[in-house]
Amino acid sequence: MKNLLEHMGIDPGRLHFSWISSAESTKFVDVAKKVTEEAAALASKEKKYMKTKPKVA
Amino acid sequence: MTSYTDKIREASKRLLKEGTVDMVIGFAKGSVPMMNQPMHAVNQGDVDRFVWDGNCGINLANYVTGRTERIGIVAKGCDSRNLAVHIVENKIKRDQLYIIGVPCTGMIDRHRLTAAVNGEIESVTEDEAGKTVTVSGDGFSETFNRPEVLQENCALCMHRNPVIYDERIADEVPEQSDEDVDRYAAVKQIEAMSPEEKWAYFDDLLSDCIRCYACRNACPLCYCPTCFVDESKPQWVGKSTEIPDVRIFHFLRAYHCAGRCTDCGACVRSCPVGINVRAMTKKLEKDCLEYFGWEAGLTTDQRPPLDTYKPDDPEQFIK
Repeated sequence: MKNLLEHMGIDPGRLHFSWISSAESTKFVDVAKKVTEEAAALASKEKKYMKTKPKVA
Repeated sequence: MTSYTDKIREASKRLLKEGTVDMVIGFAKGSVPMMNQPMHAVNQGDVDRFVWDGNCGINLANYVTGRTERIGIVAKGCDSRNLAVHIVENKIKRDQLYIIGVPCTGMIDRHRLTAAVNGEIESVTEDEAGKTVTVSGDGFSETFNRPEVLQENCALCMHRNPVIYDERIADEVPEQSDEDVDRYAAVKQIEAMSPEEKWAYFDDLLSDCIRCYACRNACPLCYCPTCFVDESKPQWVGKSTEIPDVRIFHFLRAYHCAGRCTDCGACVRSCPVGINVRAMTKKLEKDCLEYFGWEAGLTTDQRPPLDTYKPDDPEQFIK
């Protein structure tokens, strides 16, 4: 799945897969922090992942 | 190709007469050129409408899912592979099927021919030796070399002969190997791009999509009773033709076919606006071959790779 997302042009830095047990709360926090920081660094002014037209009906 | 047509008719008639099957699924001439349509023959009189030529690109395996009758089915290499996929996925039982195998030399690319001539194509004929294709319409007639106007997936096909069959109507045709063609050349070209270039490439590729779902309907793998795009509770994906919605549709549809797609090209063939849907499915096929050594539909004894767990499954993507 990661490969196809990257193939279609999603920035590899926006994708992250981790194996975290329900007991590993600290690992979850660390990973979440790391991922959000990485993604924020990649954020561009161009909102290409968002829809621009108003929703109808 | 008339010899193929005669043999398909003869076999179908025999099967229906002897009561081996309740119906035979094959191709009948379409109402427009280059678009042969699927036909169910239930009595011997229907059989004479069966044809075979280079316009039989639709995948007939699409029409057997969930059926309870005994079915005779005309199958090219890719159709037979998709039948094998259906058997593994319990969509049909092997003993319900009588597979009439047709060694295939590739199907004609209707998008390419339409673009190659000026004017509306009224008829497409092939010579018996399978060397040339003649296209004609109002005031023009052009002859092409057959190998040059094949669908891309057919030109790159490694399994032209049916992999499972009960009867084969002609001798095997020679298979291509990786030495003859680089089947993943187009995928490698995209892989070499930067993320921005890839994004732009797919933006351009999908910009014409009108969300008609012809690709899904033509696909033998897309047999879900309710497709994720049609579901409204919950609504997984928006219905607009804006790029994010279109991308989600194409990405997920392709991903649902991972490890099951046989690259039959029915999606591309059916697309009314000529989108190369295979830009996505071919990548998955390549990954399956590289990571799992798997090609879909070659056996009925093994489950597809995304359906099974092995301790040595690749997991480099988990960090």
